[in-house]
Amino acid sequence: MALAKDYDSVMGRSNDIMKEALGLDYEEFESGSIAFDYEALMKSTEYTLDEINRIQSRTGVGNTPLLELRNLTELARKYAKPGYGARIFAKDEAANASGSFKDRRAACAVAHAKKLGYKGVIAATSGNYGAAVASQAAMQGLECVICQECFDSHGVGQPEIIEKARKCEALGAEVVQLTVGPELFYEFLSILEDKGYFNASLYSPFGIAGIETLGYEIAVQCREKLGKDPAMVVCTNAGGGMVTGTARGLIKAGAKDTKIVAASIDLTGLHMASDKQFNMKSCTTGHTGFGVPYATDPDHSDVPRSAARPLRYMDRYVTVSQGEVMYMTEAIANLEGIERGPAGNTSLAAAFSLAQELPEDEIIVVSETEYTGAGKHVQPQLSFARDNGIEVLFGNPKDEKPGVNVILPKDPSFFKCVDADINHFRASLIKKACKVHNVTNPTQADLEFLAAETKTNVDFVKDVIKSL
Amino acid sequence: MVKKGEWVRIHSIVLKAEERTAKLPEDTQKCPLEMWTKGFLQADAEIGDEVTIMTAANRIEKGTLLEVNPYWKHSYGKFIPELVQIDKQLREIMYGGDK
Repeated sequence: MALAKDYDSVMGRSNDIMKEALGLDYEEFESGSIAFDYEALMKSTEYTLDEINRIQSRTGVGNTPLLELRNLTELARKYAKPGYGARIFAKDEAANASGSFKDRRAACAVAHAKKLGYKGVIAATSGNYGAAVASQAAMQGLECVICQECFDSHGVGQPEIIEKARKCEALGAEVVQLTVGPELFYEFLSILEDKGYFNASLYSPFGIAGIETLGYEIAVQCREKLGKDPAMVVCTNAGGGMVTGTARGLIKAGAKDTKIVAASIDLTGLHMASDKQFNMKSCTTGHTGFGVPYATDPDHSDVPRSAARPLRYMDRYVTVSQGEVMYMTEAIANLEGIERGPAGNTSLAAAFSLAQELPEDEIIVVSETEYTGAGKHVQPQLSFARDNGIEVLFGNPKDEKPGVNVILPKDPSFFKCVDADINHFRASLIKKACKVHNVTNPTQADLEFLAAETKTNVDFVKDVIKSL
Repeated sequence: MVKKGEWVRIHSIVLKAEERTAKLPEDTQKCPLEMWTKGFLQADAEIGDEVTIMTAANRIEKGTLLEVNPYWKHSYGKFIPELVQIDKQLREIMYGGDK
């Protein structure tokens, strides 16, 4: 008998569909309370860093150049106090097979799907990850479906997302495009169930283990080139995978003093699931609309437990404005001679400002660049903004109002990233974890788990719980 | 008439507005969840007909026939005068004039 495919029936079978689609039983990591064995989940991939490196090297992924951005460094020094302005480097992840660091995640997940004998892979993503999965599936001879949240109710799509759809199709994937809303997950599950594919989730341990090579390479390249570890690595933060994987790789390389800074575009005030506001944002990733909810509630994803847990690793969380990122995208092209997409320029805009806090002999690394092209480029993004009634002007980016205007810095002295209240996010994670698991009396294991989850200590966790 | 075997784009309603989950902003709640896919048309049809296609991932999908030989229309956008002002400013700061 055919299975009922209505919304409630499919969602009701979600756990069984997922178990089939991941080749992994998450139950074995659970304690029955808040705590779960995160390190055991990460070890369940059974791939060492060397093996992942081999998998990635076979498919044109990894070992990307570490570029020194000399002119941007010189520019930053013009606005720093004497002796300050760290050397800015960028890991040129655009050099990966499909043009972004997402290839590292996809290489690992798709190779695993192939090994387990799945016929195809599926991923829910409107970003570069779709192209990465499509690229890897093409190399491994697997079928591929990408589900995108793409259009508003008038059928108008963000140019950046449309470009990613084009790229997925060019690489042989089927692209399923939907209007705004979280029920994309229903369609995703339904296809997954019909096709029996592997869920190449962004948040599986395979995906996150794939990023560890990035952090490891940063440490090794800095030591080889410069004889020391970077003072800071700045990661654009959306779903939290970049922060988590890069930090884990740096730790594996022994770079224990390197500070991990997460950077997101501040989109406060825009609702991510709003049909009207969907096209009022002038960037589609690396913003607080994803960054904050995923950091404070990582398991709110398409797997039972997310392997991306950024608050475990970040030392600071800073925000920049859309205008700062747009200006920086133009600046890297003009001053460094490389045209790169917006994702990495979020962390670059933050790094330009953070470099001015550090002495000249320190190193600051931006963990990624990404490819650029029609649709995902500063010009179509600003043109799309203007078409949607967003004002584009020069001024102080601090005055930017997401959905109303994009304020380009009047000059480079106006670049100033803003420190978000990380302790507030940490407390929020603790509160949400207690609520989701319906726990009022956490066990000692829960307290220690939450301390690790938030890079704090048991006393901090207890204080938050006491305030509930 | 669109011939069987042509590459087409179709549209369908996945959930009607009243079938959508409750935790949505009001504006989204009023809209159906819509879907677009592409594939090979399985039988001759006219634009606007309910049709069946075979997608690139060998899935059968049904929907309303929208276009034949669909193509991408996104671009580099219209000229943004502020961008050349940024270029000019950066060059002046770095290579000439006053800081």
